[in-house]
Order: sequence, then C-alpha cells, then structure tokens
Amino acid sequence: MTTPIPAQAPEAAPVAALSIRGLAKRFGGKIAVDGLSLEVPAGSFFGIVGPNGAGKTTTLSMATGLLRPDFGTALVHGVDVWQHPLQAKRLMGILPDGVRLFDRLTGEQLITYAGLLRGMERDVVSARARELLAAMDLTGDAGTLVVDYSAGMTKKIALVSAMIHAPRLLVLDEPFEAVDPVSAANIRSILDRYVASGGTVIVSSHVMDLVQRMCDHVAVVARGRLLAAGTVDQVRAGASLEDRFVQLVGGHTHTEGLEWLRTF
Amino acid sequence: MVAHLLRLKLTLLRNGLRRSRWQLVGIAIAGLYALGVVATLILALVLLRNASQEIAYTAVVLGGAAAVAGWGVVPLVASATDMTLDPARFTTFAIPMPQLLAGLALGGLIGIPGLATLLVALSTVVTWSRGVLPALSALLGACLGVLTCVVLAKVTTTATASLAASRRFKDTSSIAFMVPLVLLGPIVAAVGRGISASAAFLPDFARTLSWTPLGAPWALAGDVAAGRAGAAVLKLLVSLASLAALAWCWKLLLERALVTPPYAGGAKRKGSRLGLLGVLPATPAGAVMARSLIYWLRDPRYSGSLVVIPLLPVVLAFQGTQTGNYGSLALLAPLSAFILAWSISADVSYDNTAFALHLATGVSGVADRLGRALACMVFALPVVLVFAVGYAAFSHEWAALPGRLGLSLGILFTGLGLSSVVSARYTVTVPLPGDSPFKKPPGNVGQTLAVQFLGMAVLGVLVLPEAALLLAEALTGNALFGWLNLAAGSVLGLALFLAGVRLGGRWLDARGPDLLAQVSINR
Repeated sequence: MTTPIPAQAPEAAPVAALSIRGLAKRFGGKIAVDGLSLEVPAGSFFGIVGPNGAGKTTTLSMATGLLRPDFGTALVHGVDVWQHPLQAKRLMGILPDGVRLFDRLTGEQLITYAGLLRGMERDVVSARARELLAAMDLTGDAGTLVVDYSAGMTKKIALVSAMIHAPRLLVLDEPFEAVDPVSAANIRSILDRYVASGGTVIVSSHVMDLVQRMCDHVAVVARGRLLAAGTVDQVRAGASLEDRFVQLVGGHTHTEGLEWLRTF
Repeated sequence: MVAHLLRLKLTLLRNGLRRSRWQLVGIAIAGLYALGVVATLILALVLLRNASQEIAYTAVVLGGAAAVAGWGVVPLVASATDMTLDPARFTTFAIPMPQLLAGLALGGLIGIPGLATLLVALSTVVTWSRGVLPALSALLGACLGVLTCVVLAKVTTTATASLAASRRFKDTSSIAFMVPLVLLGPIVAAVGRGISASAAFLPDFARTLSWTPLGAPWALAGDVAAGRAGAAVLKLLVSLASLAALAWCWKLLLERALVTPPYAGGAKRKGSRLGLLGVLPATPAGAVMARSLIYWLRDPRYSGSLVVIPLLPVVLAFQGTQTGNYGSLALLAPLSAFILAWSISADVSYDNTAFALHLATGVSGVADRLGRALACMVFALPVVLVFAVGYAAFSHEWAALPGRLGLSLGILFTGLGLSSVVSARYTVTVPLPGDSPFKKPPGNVGQTLAVQFLGMAVLGVLVLPEAALLLAEALTGNALFGWLNLAAGSVLGLALFLAGVRLGGRWLDARGPDLLAQVSINR
C-alpha cells in the first residue's frame, strides 16, 4: 500500500485528474475557502487532510459541482466542472459528507437508482449492485430500508452508489467515518486495486495514520488555504505525517494549562 | 438552574430568529394572529365581569377545561412541535430532577402558545373581580390551571416520545392523525350542533367538569364568588392533587426517557426486490418516477397528503347534508386535481440534501422534472377522472361532464407543469425527511407563504381559458363550450405541462447547486 505512483500511468499527456484553480467561497462573513489551488495527478491516491473547519468539505463540494464557488474553477481530466457539468460528472464518483440519502429506498434500490440516474443499463446495474453489496458485506441487508441502517452501513451504501458507473475519479469525503475496521480494510483494498488499474482516488480525512499508510499523495489544508502538497514522503519530510501536520497547522500550543483537569 | 434553563430557551429562540429575516416575518404573522385571538378572548372575559354568575362560571370552566384538553392533545397530534428543550438533550448533564422539571415546565410557557394561554388565564381575574376573595382565588386558579396545561403537555409528549420511537410507529401514527384532522370540520360542526341543541345542558356540564382535573382550577373563583366555600376548598384539593399526580407521572416518564435512548430498529431483509425500480423504464426519468412513487407510498410526508384525497368526498358530502345541497361535490375533481398537482411544488425541499445524488449523477433537469410529474400523474389522473365521472353519475348531469372534466384536467396538467417550475426555483420550509408531517422546522416561513400564494395566483391565471369556457357554458347553456373546454383542458394543459417541465428542467440544470445550498440550511 505504500507503493508510490502506480506503474500504469495514462499514456497520454499528463492531464491532472482534478485540477483546482483559485477556488474561493465565503459564507456570510466567514471565508471558508480562500483561493485554493491544487493539482491531483491522474492515477494517484490522494489524501486531503486538515483540522475541523479547514474547508475540506467546502473545497471538495465546489470541485465536484455540488456547491457554486464564488471564484475559481475546477477541471476533471481537463473538463471544466462548472462549464460542462454533465460531462464532468460522468467522469466522477462522489461521496459527499453530511448529506442525506434517499433513505426510504432499500440499499439495493438506492444503488440501482444511482446507476439508472446515470443512464446505465438495468442488467449492468443490477449485476454490479449485487457485487458491490457483497464486497461491502451488505448482501444480508440489501432489502432493508436505508433509513434503518447504522451509520457505518449508510456510509458504505453511499460509497458504493458513487462507484457503480466505474468513474475515472472518485472523490470521497470522510469515507471511513463510522465504518468498522473489517469493512474499512475491504474498502481500502478495493480502492487500492482501483488505483492500481489507473483510477484516481481523493479522500479527505483527519486520521493522519490512515492517510500516511493508504495514500501516495497528500495535501494539507487549514483555514481555507493550502499549506503543503505533494507525495506523502515529500510532505512529511522525514517526520511522521501527524507531527508534520501539527507543525504545519500550528497546533500543540494549548497543552499547557488545564491543570485543574487533573485535580478531580 | 431553573433560571439557566429559561435563559437557554430564550437564547435558543433568539438565535433561531437570527438565522433568517424571513423567519422573523413568519413569527410576526403567527404572533399577530395569536394576538388577535388572545385580544378577543380577553375582551370576552372582561365583558363577562358584568354577566350573571351562572354564565361567567359556565364560560370560564368550559373554556379552561378546553384549554387543558387542548394542551394535552395537540402536542400528540403535532408530534413534538417544540423540542427546543428536548429532555433527551440533557441526558449528559447531571441536572437534579426537581430543577429540570421546574425549568422545563416554565420553559414550556415561553413561546406564543404558552404566553397566550397565560394572558387569557390571567384575564379571568378581571372576570371575577367582584370582590377581593374571588379575584384572589381566580389568580390562584389561573396559575394552577396554566401549570396543569403545561405539565399535561409534557406528560403526553414525553410518554409518546418514548412510545413512538420506532420508525414504523411514527410513520403510521402520523398518517392516522391526518384523518381526524381532515374531518375536523364535520366533527366540530356535529359537536357544535349537539351543544346548541342542548344549551340548557351546558351549565350542568360545566358543574360536572368542575369536579374533574380539567375544570377544577377554573371553578375556584366562581365557587368562592357564589359563597360555596366548601366546594371551593375541595376543588382546590382536586386541582393540587391532579397537578401533583401529573408532575409525578412526568417525573417517572422523564427518568425513563433519560436512560432509554430511542430505539429505531427495523426488520432485516435480504434483497433482490427492486420494486418499481425494476419495472419502470430503465431511463433516468423512469428511475426518478419509480423513486417518487416509492416515496409517495413509503414516506408519511407524501402519503399523508394522499390520505386526504379519499376523505375529501366525505367532507364535502357532510357539507351537503348540512345544507341539503350537494352542489359542492362538483368541486371534488378540480379540488383534488389542484391539491395533487400542487403537492409536488416542494419536491426538492422534501428531498432535502438527498437531492445531492441527482446533482452528483448529473441527471438532466428535464428527466428529473418529468419523472416527478409523471409519478404524481399516475394516480392523480385516475382520481380526477373517477371524481368527475362519479359526480356526473351522482347528479345525473352528464351534459356538464365534458366542461367540468376539461377544467379539472386543465388544472391538473397546468398545475403539474407549474409545480415543476416552482420546485426547480424556490425552496420552502417543509418537514424534514423522517420527521412527522406536522413538524415544520423553523425556517423562512415568509418565503414559504409567498411562494405558495404567488404560485397559486399564477395557476389561477394560467387556467383562465378553461374557467372562462366553463362560465360561458353555464351562461349560454351551449354544450359546445363544454366540449371545447375538454379540448382546451387537455391540449392547452398538456402544452403548459410540457413547457413547465422544460423550463423547470432548464432552471434545475442552471441552479441545481444553489437549490442544494438552500435546502442544506435545514437538514
């Protein structure tokens, strides 16, 4: 899993899988994303890390066409997401964070719905849906309404809904939140194989350990700005990713004080 | 601690208002309405001061008892309308039970219904200001009565909150509650007729009620004024005892609720049943249509409005029995056409952020609009046909059928087209997915009202041709106008339907992300 940059890079000119150029978004008086630019090379397993409220979700929403940016553009394999949204969305599979699902559908219906919405054949959809359900260990709950799923199962069903059309780029916002270790390992091996065959994965997370083990590229985001980006080894520069992250973001300033916490 | 809880409630209210100016408008409208009702009631109570003791006694006791009953029942129907101080949110804070109870009870008074009840109850002091002692006992009675209201409401909400934790129960109960609500008119009319037929019975009824927990606090002053000291003391005991009993029940329920997190389980089911998704055409529009139809059946927010349709003839027929004129049944077809067509005008708001899937998959706006509209049409069209033909058979006015059917179809098709446009452009405040259909989240009530009102006005303008033709037929008696109307309703209506789907689709393509941002405000 630590192998950097898969052997089969696309043969054509190296067009970035996702190219974010000067994205900016303001919510009321708060600047959530402040002119962020980022290149995600095709065929990379790219992690975006940042503290809470760093603008990860906002950036990914703008890059995937879910949230209109105030400034800037995003290109998916050279296709402008905001100029040609339909074309760009065909190339992407998106797992947004913090959105509801059509949870009165059963798990199997939800995956099928996602596939049919993309104009796929019903036979293809149902074959793939069955395989994906099996891969996520959800076959036993395929006929259960998603509203009755646990948090981790909901995450998994949303994840497979994003994969059903075999996109070239997967943008996954917090894909491992609430997912049990066994399923997480399954998901990781699926994603590893996907990247090895030339696909690109972008995950956001604040579990540094996971990102260091899983990704080959990483970007550190805080306060709506890009602090560092590159291969994991470049960014961590010898230290562990977690230490480097804390150093970049400027943490570790508040561990003094709080003596009262030890007085019980 | 009690003061903390009250301040928390006030802060929550204020912060809720700060989120949107439109919400302020909504609260202002609700406040004005409540103010009107309260002012009327206070005026009535002040005027009752000069009425005979018998009348004042009867009115105050019956009114008070109705208020207590209302506080007990309404929160049941409007399942958890105000959960700003939901006891479950205090689980992790170790607040002593007595303080929590007092704080939650007084917190229940903050808000429009609580303040209105308090003001009206306090006005009974004026009614009984026929002496120092009656006035004082009215004050005591009012305080006891209002407390009973609040605590009773808390008991019913807490009891049902722990009872109704399962999704299936929530779904069915909220639909079941729809039935009495729709039939409210006939029920109230029947009760009202019964009462006016036996007005002499009211004082007796009030006297009986005054011995129950519902009426006891409100009867104190009247008994004191009439010099029935013994009865007054006994009723004071009744109201104190019932308040204590209610508070004890509430305490027990609350203790249980605090340690029993709501369980939302469901049956585990294996798959391979795609339902409608496996039947309808495997195109984006077909998929949206199948999904919408599944929601019409499974989501109580949709099926609740479906339940209304078969009840409509009952309501209108009841009106007919009152007046002996069943002409209003002619409204059935156009009315149900309107209700059903308009019901999808908030479709994207109902999706809430699940709409993100439509955005992420890049489904075209036209497919989205068409699927939703066709899903509604699948059952709206038969309903309208059955109602129109049914009325013609009932009234033997077959000659008028083409004209009436034309108008109804015109309303249905035009309304579906208009709804497709409206829901692609505006979001309104609707119950969140999984919530009771009665539970509207705080939101831009002002915009909701504006969208609904203006949308209906536009629909009125768009169906003017059909309405004019119907009028011409009625005035001239020429059946030709009726057939013209049928043609106009179908052709013009379908043209407007398609135009609406196309325009709505184009708007949705252009504004999808902005819609998602708007529905994300309430999630």
